[in-house]
Amino acid sequence: MKVLKFLIVGIFFGIVLVKSEAVSWYRIYEMFRFQSFHMYGIIGTAIASGIIFLQISKKGYIKSIKGTNIVVPKKENGLIRYILGGTIFGLGWALIGACPGPMYILLGTGVWSMLIVIAAAILGTFIYGLLKSKLPH
Amino acid sequence: MEYILNPWPWYISGPLIALVMALLLYFGKTFGMSSNLRTMCTMVGAGKFADFFNFRWKDHVWNLIVVLGAIIGGFIAVQLLSNNSVTNLNPTTVTELQNMGFNNPGQTLVPNEMYSLEILASPKALILLVVGGLLVGFGTRYAGGCTSGHAITGLSSLQKPSLIAVIGFFIGGLIMTNFILPLIF
Repeated sequence: MKVLKFLIVGIFFGIVLVKSEAVSWYRIYEMFRFQSFHMYGIIGTAIASGIIFLQISKKGYIKSIKGTNIVVPKKENGLIRYILGGTIFGLGWALIGACPGPMYILLGTGVWSMLIVIAAAILGTFIYGLLKSKLPH
Repeated sequence: MEYILNPWPWYISGPLIALVMALLLYFGKTFGMSSNLRTMCTMVGAGKFADFFNFRWKDHVWNLIVVLGAIIGGFIAVQLLSNNSVTNLNPTTVTELQNMGFNNPGQTLVPNEMYSLEILASPKALILLVVGGLLVGFGTRYAGGCTSGHAITGLSSLQKPSLIAVIGFFIGGLIMTNFILPLIF
C-alpha cells in the first residue's frame, strides 16, 4: 500500500502531462517563442491552485496523512546558484524539450532515445556533485 | 469519453498538476522530479567520488516509484487515452519550424529530426541529446530543483529562491529557442 499510492500518483502525473501536451517538445518551443498561451496557462493555473492549497493547509484545514501540518521544505537563500543553475537548466530544457519529469513520461510513450537524455542527465548531476565545492553558490 | 481522449485544456491540466503536488505533500513528501537523478547516481556508487552523493538512497525509493508510475502513465496516456490528435500549435510556430527543417510539427510529441532511432545514426542528433541531458542534469542540481520543485512547488509556497531559479529557467530557455536553435537547425 505504501508503494502503491506513490505508483498511482506517478501514473496520474504521467497521464496529466501527456494529455495536457506539456511533454510536447513543440509546446516548449512555442512557449519560449511567446506564440501560445497554452503552457503559461498550465503553469499559471498550477501555481494558482498550489497557492490556494498551501494557504488553506497553512490555516490548519488540511493535515497530512499522519495528521501533521503540511510543510514545504524551505529552499536555502542564494542568488548565483539559482540564476546560473536555472539558466543552464533552461538551455537544456528548451533544447531537448523535456525537463526531468517529462523525460521519464516520454520514455513511457515510446520515445526510446530518451534513454540517452536520461543517462546524460544522470551524468550531468554526477558532474555537479564532483564540482559542487568549486562552484559559486 | 471524448473529453478524455482529446487533449486536455490548460485550465484543467494546471490544477491537476497542483493536485499531484498536493497529494505528495499530503503523503508527507514533496514534488521534485530531478532529485531522482541524484538518487540514481548514489545507487550506482557515486558516493565514492563525491560526498554530495553520500545519503541513504533507500529513503528516496518512494520518488523512484513515482518515476516508475510516470513511465506507466505515459504509456497508458498514449495507448489507451488518446485519439492521435495533432497538437494544436500556433500556425506561425508550425511554419517557422517547417522553415527550419522540421517536417511534421505537432504530429508527434517530440520531433523525429532529433529523436527518431534512424536520426540517431547521425552524430548531430546524438550530440544534441547528450548535451541537452547534461545541461538539464547539471543545471537542475546546481539550481536545487527543476520545474516541479521550483516552478510549481517553490512558487506555490511563495519562495524567493524559486522565483530566481524560474527566471533563470526562462533566461536559458529564451536564449536556446530564440538564438541557438536557429543556428543548429
